[in-house]
Order: sequence, then structure tokens, then C-alpha cells
Amino acid sequence: MQETYARAFRSWRSFRPGTNLRAWLLRILTNLNIDRGRKIQRTPDSQPLEEGDYFLYNKLEESVGTESPDEERVVERLSQDGVVSALSAVPHNFRDVVVLVDIGDFSYADAAQILDIPIGTVMSRLHRGRRILKTQLADETVGAK
Amino acid sequence: MTSFSIDPCAKCEEVMQPYLDGTLTDAEIADAQAHLDLCAYCAKRYRFEVELRRFVRQAAVEEIPPQLKQRLAQLRTPLL
Repeated sequence: MQETYARAFRSWRSFRPGTNLRAWLLRILTNLNIDRGRKIQRTPDSQPLEEGDYFLYNKLEESVGTESPDEERVVERLSQDGVVSALSAVPHNFRDVVVLVDIGDFSYADAAQILDIPIGTVMSRLHRGRRILKTQLADETVGAK
Repeated sequence: MTSFSIDPCAKCEEVMQPYLDGTLTDAEIADAQAHLDLCAYCAKRYRFEVELRRFVRQAAVEEIPPQLKQRLAQLRTPLL
């Protein structure tokens, strides 16, 4: 399964200007969502996210074990494969927005149009999606709480 | 919701993502910048967030490593 995601995410650069962007994007998102219904959604929409935005840094810093390490050293604790598998664990509604905005570099407005959802929904899903991604990264890198 | 005058680090944490997204107002940006200039704790976490965003993007779009490419080639059904 991980290869599927690796391939899908990495195919962003294969887009050629002049081709149908929307169709291409929808195909990518469909491929990303092939696990829909199969994966246990560990973080349902209604569950509150208690952690603040700094928690991934705090957790990684703790695991590095030295006092006040450089932030570069902290980010080095993450693995690229870990990012792909963490992304694959984010529920698709949230992941679509994270992929479009944080990886595809689309504006909130573009993401809203592509996914056919209000811009406010893009913002709230982005907020939550990033938070879930961080939780996954923390779990994968330093183990579950 | 807090404010920079009451709990500056908590406020900074709260606005970090919109700050990075460039969606704050000019006044909010000025408040966040002023705090980041003074606070090493938040400045470090800000730099980490910048690195993290770069890292996530890279991990997702980086050239496929040869080993992974080989494993992908062994998959029977083309995925895209």
C-alpha cells in the first residue's frame, strides 16, 4: 500500500501544463482514496484535537535527548517514507486538502474549487489535516503515546 | 483564544499556521513577528515548521529512489 501512495504523491511533478489539470488532479485524488472504507479512521471528524501546534517539535526534541538541539537535527528524525505513510493515514477528506495546498501549492480558493467545497471547509480541514499528519508523524517517529 | 499581551507564546502557537500561510492581517503579522524576534522558544518552533513543510513537500515529490522504482516496476497493475 505504501508504494501506491509513494507513487501517487510523487506523480505531482509529472503534470504537464496544457493538459487537463482538473482531470489529472481528480485522478490523483481518486488513487489516493483507494483505501477509503478499508482503513480504520483513527481520528474521526468529531474527536477534539487536544495537542497544540508545537507538540510535534516538542516530542521530537524530547526524543533527540540533548538540551536545545538545532531544529535541523530535530527534523532529521523524520524519514521520507514516514511522511508518505503518515499522509496515507490521514482520512481522505483532510488529506485531499493537505495534498492540494501543502504539496500541490494551490491556494485555498483553488482547493475549494477543485474539491467543490466552501473555502471555510478548506481552512478547517487543512487545520485538522495538518494536525492529524503531525500526530501520525509523532507516532511513527517516536512511538505512540 | 488568547492574545499576545496575555500569553504571547500560546498566541504565537495559535497563529503559527496562518502566519506561515500568509493569511493573517498586517497587524497580526506585525504582532507575530515582534514576538518571534524576542522569543527563542517560538522562533525555534517557527523554523522547525518551515523545515517541516519543506520536508513534507520533498518527501512527496522527490525523485523515486532506485529501490522503490524497482519495487514499483514489479507491481502488475499500473496505478496511474
